[in-house]
Amino acid sequence: MKKRVVVTGMGVVAPNGIGIPAFLNAIQNGISGIRFIPHYRELNFSCQVAGMPAFEWESLKNYISEVTFHGLKGTNIGYGLAAALDAWADSGMPYDTDQPRWETGCVFGNSIADTEAMKNVIAKVDNKEARKLGSRVVEQAMNSGVTSYISGRLGLGNKVITNSAACATGTQAILMGYEAIKDGYAQRMLVGSAEHVDTYVYGSFDSMRVLSRKFNDEPEKASRPLSSTAGGFVPGSGAGALILEELDFALERGARVYAEILGGNTNSGGQRQGGTMTAANSAGVIRCVTESMNMAGITGDEIDLISGHLTATNADKQEIQNWCQALGRKGGDFPLTNSLKSMIGHALSAAGSIETVASILQIEHGFVHPNINLDDPNPEILNLVSLDKLPVEMLKKEVNIVAKANFGFGDVNSCLILSKYNN
Amino acid sequence: MTRTEILNELKKVISPYTVNKDQLANIDEQTDLIKDLKINSANLVDIIIDAEAKYDIEIDYDSADKMVNVGTCIDVISEKMNEKA
Repeated sequence: MKKRVVVTGMGVVAPNGIGIPAFLNAIQNGISGIRFIPHYRELNFSCQVAGMPAFEWESLKNYISEVTFHGLKGTNIGYGLAAALDAWADSGMPYDTDQPRWETGCVFGNSIADTEAMKNVIAKVDNKEARKLGSRVVEQAMNSGVTSYISGRLGLGNKVITNSAACATGTQAILMGYEAIKDGYAQRMLVGSAEHVDTYVYGSFDSMRVLSRKFNDEPEKASRPLSSTAGGFVPGSGAGALILEELDFALERGARVYAEILGGNTNSGGQRQGGTMTAANSAGVIRCVTESMNMAGITGDEIDLISGHLTATNADKQEIQNWCQALGRKGGDFPLTNSLKSMIGHALSAAGSIETVASILQIEHGFVHPNINLDDPNPEILNLVSLDKLPVEMLKKEVNIVAKANFGFGDVNSCLILSKYNN
Repeated sequence: MTRTEILNELKKVISPYTVNKDQLANIDEQTDLIKDLKINSANLVDIIIDAEAKYDIEIDYDSADKMVNVGTCIDVISEKMNEKA
């Protein structure tokens, strides 16, 4: 029998706020986390702004032992650990355990090891000093590094999986954790994703000419989803994490319930019918959203808010078109829609988990966060949906159902249907 | 360097790899790195690398295998330092 799955804890490391209270305040007030990075100017990057969390590395000592902290260099691992352990604490559970927690698993997404940290490894090997690398490199270089640090700290004993699906990673991780509980394999899953866009990854995106390059002197205005002047995305870093639990299991221990996950889907457009390595096949996107609604047992009319992928490239228009088709809604009938990326940029693998945390906060606190920088809405988008569906100020409003989707390189899609918890 | 001097220096080398700081303060030559100080066996490699840097010596694989307690660590370190001298 299909089990109900609820969210009982959340943690976040975002460019505009670390920890749930700071992040909530930031998204309610439209606070940008995008900053100018002088080093990027020195490196002759076209885009010189980024969303970097104001993360104090030493704060990790609050989460892990001094021995584990010593030698930890992977920034993505640090972000993931902080978000995951904050979510765990938020859910009302202690970190320490002598026995494995067999009922709890983890699906945490990640895209690449911290190449800046790995540079030291390459230099040592090239310098014929491989024997000086020590024991801590492999565990941080492996793609499952983040997941391994999290599950080790908490003694998680159920499925422990690292997923990777480019920009669809975060939503996909949450979906996989949801499925493990829904199908009865686990009673609790820690899910989320982390991303550190280091200099080398950043440079590679810069070379693709897909980054925002005209607002280097006005960093807070650089991320402009849905606008006429949307000239590329702004890379962001951070992590988001959620604790998912089987409903009865959560209620028995008296856990606070933030929201319910009604369903979701992850698929691929097959890199056919216009889909490529870097562009989405619209048929795949529409199918992903439609299947998500079917699984959740809702219709397009029931969606109050779309938390879009909406990165601020010329794909924004096609995305809105796809939503119109999937939901069978347009113009003044289109649901309210926002893009967190206007405030924090595009956090790649971490985007889906940070944006899901934002979505659930909007359900929990009854508001719709603003799209900042939408001074000049793209007229082609306004041909599809009414301007008032793309709020530029926070709206205080009951939000019952959110559709959260992300689309990634490789033509992969992931969508979640999130709901207020109704008993 | 006397054995006592090496032992005192060794405490500093080992310190980042054990959470048992009280036990570390009272180590003697019989103290076992894994059993007594609860050092992760994978981290023994790091202690050896740090010791190499600290004493400017090279500890080969066979010698490293002998370094299981504080006494044998001191044996190997003083042997390598004497070779160098």
